[in-house]
This record gives sequence, C-alpha cells and structure tokens, in this order.
Amino acid sequence: MEPLTSIAGLTANTNAFDELLPPSPLGLSEYAGTWDLPQVTHLLKRTLFGATVADINYFKSLTMSQAVDLLLQPTAMPTSLPLNNYGTDPTGVAAWQPWLNVGLLYNDPKMNENRLNSLQCWWIGQMLNPGRSIHEKMTLFWHNHFAMDATAHFNDIPAQLWYNQYITLRQHALGNFKDLVKAITLDPAMLIFLNGNTNVMTSPNENYGRELQELYTEGKGSGSQYTQGDVHEAARVLTGHTTDLNYNYIFQPGNHDDLDKTFSGFYSNHVVTGYSGSTGAGELDDMLSMIFATQESAKFICRKLYNFFVYYVIDSRVEANVITPLANVFRQSGYNITAALSALLKSQHFYDLANSGACIIKSPLDLLIGLCREYDLPIPTAANPSNQYAVWNMLLQRASILQQEVMAIALVAGWPAYYQSPQFHELWINSVTYSGRNFYTDLLIDTGDMMNGTNLKIDAIHFASLLSNPSDPNQLINDSLNVLLRPPLSASSITLLKQTILLSGQTNDYYWTQAWQNYQANPTDMNAFTAVDSRLRALYKYLMDLPEYQLS
Amino acid sequence: MQRRDFIKNVAPVAFLGGFKISALSNMPFLNALAGASDNDHVLVLIQLVGGNDSLNTVIPIDVYGKYAALRPNIAIPESSILPLGNFKSGLHPAMTGMQSLYNDGQLAVIQGVGYPSPDTSHFRSTDIWLTGSNSDQYLNTGWTGRFLGQSYSNYPVGYPNASMPDPLAIQIGSVISPMFMSAGGTTAMAVPTDASFYNLINGITEPAPNTAMGTELTYLRAIARQTNKYASAIEAAAKKVTNQYTGYPANNELADQLKTVAMLVGGGLKTKVYLVEMGGFDTHGGQVNGGDTTTGAHANLLTKISEAISAFMTDLQMQGIDKRVLGMTFSEFSRRVMSNGSMGTDHGAAQSIFIFGDAANAGVLGQSPDFSAITNESNLPMQYDFRSVYSSILRDWFCVAPTDVSSILMKDYQYLPFIKSTACNMNYDNLNNLGNNLISNSPNPFNNSTSISFKTSGGYTLVQIFDASGRLVMIPVQQDYPQGTYTVSVDTGALASGVYYARLQNQSVSQVRTMLKVTEK
Repeated sequence: MEPLTSIAGLTANTNAFDELLPPSPLGLSEYAGTWDLPQVTHLLKRTLFGATVADINYFKSLTMSQAVDLLLQPTAMPTSLPLNNYGTDPTGVAAWQPWLNVGLLYNDPKMNENRLNSLQCWWIGQMLNPGRSIHEKMTLFWHNHFAMDATAHFNDIPAQLWYNQYITLRQHALGNFKDLVKAITLDPAMLIFLNGNTNVMTSPNENYGRELQELYTEGKGSGSQYTQGDVHEAARVLTGHTTDLNYNYIFQPGNHDDLDKTFSGFYSNHVVTGYSGSTGAGELDDMLSMIFATQESAKFICRKLYNFFVYYVIDSRVEANVITPLANVFRQSGYNITAALSALLKSQHFYDLANSGACIIKSPLDLLIGLCREYDLPIPTAANPSNQYAVWNMLLQRASILQQEVMAIALVAGWPAYYQSPQFHELWINSVTYSGRNFYTDLLIDTGDMMNGTNLKIDAIHFASLLSNPSDPNQLINDSLNVLLRPPLSASSITLLKQTILLSGQTNDYYWTQAWQNYQANPTDMNAFTAVDSRLRALYKYLMDLPEYQLS
Repeated sequence: MQRRDFIKNVAPVAFLGGFKISALSNMPFLNALAGASDNDHVLVLIQLVGGNDSLNTVIPIDVYGKYAALRPNIAIPESSILPLGNFKSGLHPAMTGMQSLYNDGQLAVIQGVGYPSPDTSHFRSTDIWLTGSNSDQYLNTGWTGRFLGQSYSNYPVGYPNASMPDPLAIQIGSVISPMFMSAGGTTAMAVPTDASFYNLINGITEPAPNTAMGTELTYLRAIARQTNKYASAIEAAAKKVTNQYTGYPANNELADQLKTVAMLVGGGLKTKVYLVEMGGFDTHGGQVNGGDTTTGAHANLLTKISEAISAFMTDLQMQGIDKRVLGMTFSEFSRRVMSNGSMGTDHGAAQSIFIFGDAANAGVLGQSPDFSAITNESNLPMQYDFRSVYSSILRDWFCVAPTDVSSILMKDYQYLPFIKSTACNMNYDNLNNLGNNLISNSPNPFNNSTSISFKTSGGYTLVQIFDASGRLVMIPVQQDYPQGTYTVSVDTGALASGVYYARLQNQSVSQVRTMLKVTEK
C-alpha cells in the first residue's frame, strides 16, 4: 500500500467555521439539566444504531449518569461464528457450518471472497444486536480508525485473519487505547496489509511507521509535528515484527535493526535504545510510550471521538472547551477509552441540543441498522441461517451501494465522512446516494426488499402498536416523530400530516380513532386492516423521505 | 474552499423537489413511449373531501315536493334553484358560475354515480374512488397511476426524456394521493399551491435554524433539490406564463390551486393529470343557516367551487388552452337523503359529479332520484358506476383503446357519452334524449315473483337488482340482445321484504326502477 501523501486530517485550525455558527459555550462539566425524550433519544441514536421504543422507555427511567454508565458496559463476545453461506467450499466446510480454523492455508481467492462476504454479513448481524451498549458502535469506530480493505487482499490475507482483527478491535474497543494500538500493530492482517511483514533491517518499509503516526495516533493537525525522520525511525523500530507461514505473529530478531533510533524534537528527541535478540521486540513498547507522552495524541483521538459522536465542526471554542479538557481526562486515565467517552457523553456540551442536536448525517449503517431496529423488523434467527444471512446480506449490499461497506474501506484514512475537510459527514450524501436512501426506505415500506425468498419489510401497524396510544392520531404522530425524526416539526406541519394522511383530508380525529379501533377489534378483516395499514405506510414513507430523516 | 462558498456552490439551478422516483436515476435509459401520450389533453380532478351533499348541489326539480319533504330543514327553496337545460334539475343558488358554464355548453352533470355495496366510511370509500376498486377489493395502485403507467411503459425507468420531459401527473399540495400509484411507484409529483415555488423541497419545509442542525438540513435540502429531475421543467413553465387572469377570487383555496394548474398547463407542461383537493364537505351539522337555507357552510363551499372553476375556465380561454383541459369533481360519497336534526346530513352513497371544459357534452346524464321508498337509513342507488366515468374519460378524452381501458380498470365498464365526440373523433347520442321508461316491473309491489320489462337498443344488456342499502342481490339479465323490448320473470321468493332497485344498463344508457317486495299475510 502506498503511503497517503496528502490527507486533510482533523485540524483545530478551522477558523472558517467560526463565523458561521453560533457560539457553543458549554464544556465538559457534567450535564444536570432536563432528562427527557429529546436527550434520551439523542444519546441513544448517537451511541447505538437507532433508538428503539423499548430502549427509549428504559433509558428514560434511569438518570443521565446511569444511562451513560450502562451504555459504556462492555458486552460479551459473540457466541456465533460466521457460517458457510456460499455453498461449495474447497476445503470441505458444509453449508451453514463455521469455516473458521478450516483450510486456513488453502490459498484460493474465490474461497476468501466467499468467506469474507460471510464475515461481513455476520458483522451486520452483530450490529443488529448491540444490546444496550456502545460496544458495537465503538468497534465500528475503531474499524474506521484502523481502516482496512479486505476485498483488495483475497490473494494474500485469509478471511480468518479479518475475523481475528474484528475480535481484536472488539476486545479493546472499550479498554485501553495504548493496548489497542499495540494489538493492532502486531495484528497479522495489519502486518500484511501495511507491509509490516516485509519491513526488514536491510530494507525498511515505512508504510506502517508512517500510518501509525499520521492516521492512528498523532494525526496531521497543527499540533502534530512529527517528521519524515520520525517515520523512518519508527519503521526501524518495527523491523522484525512479521507473520509466519501459518499467519501467526512472530518476531524475527535476525531481521530487526538493533541500533538506537533517535526521534525528533516533537518526541523530545527521545532515543529508543536498540536491542538485539528477542529483547528487540520490546522497543515497540518504548516507542508507543514515547508517542503517548505527546499532548497531541490524546487530542487527536478525542477529536475523532467528537467528530463521530457530536459533530464535525471543531472550531477554536470547541477545541478549547471540549477537546483540550477531554484529552486531559483521556491522558490522565492512562488512555482509558471508557473514561473519555464517559466524560464526553455526560457533558453539558453533549446535551447542548441547540448546538449539537440532530446535526449528524446518519452513516449508511446508522440509517439501515437503525431503521431495522427502530421499526422492530423481524430478523430471522440462527435457527434459520439461510433467511438470516439473506437479510444480513441485503443490508450489507445496500450499505455498500450507499458507500459504507465494512471491511472494504477503500482508503487507509477511513471513510471520507470522518476525515475529509470541509464536508465530513455531508460526504455521505450526494444526488445519487440521497436518492438511493429514499429509494430504499420507499422499497422497505412499499413491497419490502427480497433475497432468496426472504422478505425484509417494514410492518407499519406493528411499529404503531409499540407506541403509547396509536388510536389518537395526535399522539400517534408525536410518538412516531419522537422515535423517527430528531429535528422538530412545527405544530402546523404535524396537523397537516395528520389531516392529509391519517385522516385522508377529514378534519375530525375520530375517523382515525374509529379506524384504529375497528382494526383492533377485527385484525383479520381486510377492510379494517387496509384502512389503517395504507395510511400508516403513507405516513412513515413520507417521514422517511423528508431530509430531516437523514439526521441523527 | 471556504465553507460558505461551498454551500453556495452546491445549491443547484433547480429548486423544487419532492419526487422520489428520481431515485432510479442511475438505471439505464430506456426509451419507451406509448398510447395516450400522443395528444395534448389534460385532466384536472377536483376532490371534494368529506362527502359532498349532491342533493343540495344538483337539486331534482321534477320531484321537488318529495325532495323538500325528506329534508325539510335544509331544502333549497324551489324558487332559488338555478335551472339547467331540461328543467328537470337545477343547481344550488350559489353556483351561478356553473350555471353559466352549462348555458355556454361547457358543463355536463352525471347523476347517481357510485358503486355496488357502498361503504360509508370516509377512508374506505376514498380508497375505493382513488384506486377504482370494487367494494370488496383492495388495490395497491390508483386508477390514474395504472393509466399513466400503461401509457408511459416502463415508467419510471428512462424518464424524463425528450418525449416526456415533465411529470406524468401533478398533485397540488404536499402529499401525493394513492390515486397516482402505479406498479412502478407514484407517477405524480407534489407541487405547492404557492405560485412562487421557492423554498420548498419536499412538501413540508420547516425553517432551518442558525444551528448545526440547520446547516446540515440546508445541505440535505439542496441535494434533495438536485435529485429532482423535474425541477427545472417546472421552473421554466412557471416563468413562461406572465399574463394570467387576475380575476380569481380571493380567500378561495380551490381557486389558488386551479390558478397554479392553469399556470403550469399554460407554461407548456405535458403533464396529463392534475389533482387538487378541497376539504370541509363533511356537513353533519350546520350545513345551512336556519332561516335561509341558501346560506351556510355548504353554500360557502359551493360558492368557492363555482367561482374557482369559473375563473379557471376564463383563465384557460385567455391563455388559449381551453381546448386542452377537461375537469371533473368528485367526492368519496354523497350524503343521506333525509337530513338530520342538526341542520345537516350524514354519510350517504351515490353522488352527482361535474364534468367541465370545452369538450364537455353539456347536459344532465341520468334521472332525478326516485324518492318513493326513502326512509331514514336509506341511500340512493347508483345509476352509473364511477368506473364508467373513468372508463369514458380514458376512451373519449385520452383516446385510449377500449381494450386498454378494460385492462386499466380491470373490467369492461359501461360507456357514457359525456365528452364531445370531437375530442377523439367519435359519435354519441345527445345526453338529454337518453332514457325514459326503459325499465318497469309488474306486479309492483310483488311477492314471490315479478316480471321485469326492459327496452334495449341491442347488444350487451344488464339488469341488476340492489337492495335498499345498495348491495347487489341479483343479476336477472346479463347477455346480448337484438334491439327490442323484453320481459323476464324473476323469482323473488328468497328476498326479504323491502325496497329494491332494478338497474338497467345498455350501451350508454342506464335507468333505475324502484320496486317493493311485500310478504303475504
């Protein structure tokens, strides 16, 4: 992989924004204000995939602090394994059986491609079931941070290595960032992906040494001052870390450069003392400690967290009031990821909804996974793997069409929405993807998406039934908006929606109430069913076609 | 680039949105055109939401005494009625504009339009009228959607294109009616009444506040506008019309909408169907003012309709596009024959509808209702199926081949000659000469059997028997006959005692006979 020569990065130098936005005055002090639907839904939509009715009700019964604490609890590792959803496997894995640990050394690009699809589907399945924890979303965050494109490596990286990498990301997602960086540095897929495995004393390969600093720890902001010399020295430190013929990580002292490595003033002219023999592997720890001793590394990660969970505009006030104190918390905790998230998600700034509410454009996965969860779509269970993988695959393919395919991030810098200035999240949306989003939500509510005989369709009546009082058209619309739409609609718009859609132009609310009650009393009567189903589907279709629906 | 410049630059030339079909923009272009797209005819549908009281809109003068007796507290005084041509029926006094249209040969009235087994639910009956379904049938497509989908085959793939650069249909408002749903999605685009069209993307548009959310919402809306491939066509049409009629009435939402339609048609859009809506017709109470039944809520509504359509027709003439436009009013149902104690009327069934335009075959189609057996709960039986109206519009206005009409409406419906033969170069009878004494029965009242006599002009002839609620209970005649008069004996032993209606249908003629079954002591 060629090193990226230019990347905008996340910078604190965005004065162009300052004149456009009102001040965002609040900092990291713990939020003590109202804890009601807007705040609860805001928190859940940002940290989970969509906000379900059940979750909104549950988290509303907690305090804000309890809610964040619960979200920060790690969840257990997945118990299921990716299954053969692709038919014939040359190493003999039967259909709907796990392929892990079978035929690791069998080099077949087509088999790798098939297995990777299985793994991608399986990952979609994990995101559909995040529980009440930020864990899955943070795993996705780190996947974007340590971005990978497995589809470019069917020839040299077995699919199993990508599974292992997912597990590694997940294992450290809410743990210690230093441990995570070390684990990823020595991750076999990463070693092959960024050429660490061919980085030897006699001919150092700077690829990983550069990205370690530019993309993973220091960034390219104005406070990041590492030099080309530092890139070279880092590459030397990393020599000898490679993979064996069984794709296991190993350290080869014979290929390690055992001389001292001298870093620039940005790293306080730190010298990583060179060692020969197996002791040389420990130079990595010394170098990582040096990196994490800079002020910038914690700020860089905090800016990325801010971008992902709050908004992409980091002006001088956000830098001073949020990023700097958050980086202090992160650094003082010894780079405990949970500590930083806790400070951010409990902050006054995070709940300053006038400035940070409903301003994130949903990523394609947020849109699709969130939609499935909010409407409570019936996802087939493991008892029916064929249907289950069909649904996962439909969502995977659609996310891919909408420009977010897991394990296939085209650039090592991640999805452009999370780094490319000045548009950032807006890059998810263009005239093709916007139409594509509307097309797909229309499809799900009209006829449903279909694969291998499995139908994925929104049941509008089921969703309405989850709400507090669906027989009252006002309550029904308000409840629906609270779940589905973060930006507020005016009272006059709500009345228009009610009259035009739920009441078919009538002015008396009773006509809806009568129709709903009639359906409740006669659920199998086609007339009663159609009267409410057609109107609810028109309502939800309309809401999902609004530009507002794309905001979280 | 400065962010502000970026936002500015991303805003496209086009400025109007709301059309989701453009989602298919990345599909391969397929040029496909057919059928009704050949002529420049436009249909304007006016939906009167709530159930318009037909009997106080088109009033039966020839049976005025019975009419007045059945609705004593709301009946329009006979002297106030505006008579139409044959003086058998007349219009509500508020509708002077419509009377002028009639006198100018631009208005046809069709009485007793409905469907078998009428449903008195607003929702259900609206769905039936919009989709063109039977009372017991559920359709996911609308009648105009099926028409447009069939005429512009493969739609929406490959549209817009050089032959059809404009939306197939336009809904004035913000939410698109199920009427326009085709197998390939909706065929319509929503256009706001506001003739300036600015600042509106997708129906409801809230102001974008000066916050991060407002920034992103503005961005999303700009992209949404870009995705609307029809925006520039609409914009161009709107700009083209600089000299519109200025006499539209103020404070009249129907007039505002029709003015927008006139502008878009005048601006050269090739759009085939427009739908406008007007609410307030659910007049359970206070339909008229006590002391003067020619005033009140219903009179105000009818004034608006009459003035709006009048101004619209004047505008069309001024712009020289009156030959291109045919209009039709409809509601989900009419109201009960007998009025209630609240100076109003409850939900009913068959209704009178208006067909207006240069191509309307002026006259009154159908008979005044037979009130002889009306009681509190009973409704008028239908004289004409509403799909016969649709069918005839498709044939005589959009010049669709009869076989295609049958496939669009999923059945062969009776043909009604309310559009001038010149529209698609066909020949029809004069409406006012149609139908007297074509069906009778004897004995009446009857017990276990009765003989029905009917006159047919030849060809397919149908006699249906409906009960008082409009339910179809029997079809004693259903076959081809040579021209002549025939009698069939009907076994009525299984029928409960009560009022029944025998409906004759032959070619463009239909007529209803009221019958009474009694039980022998």
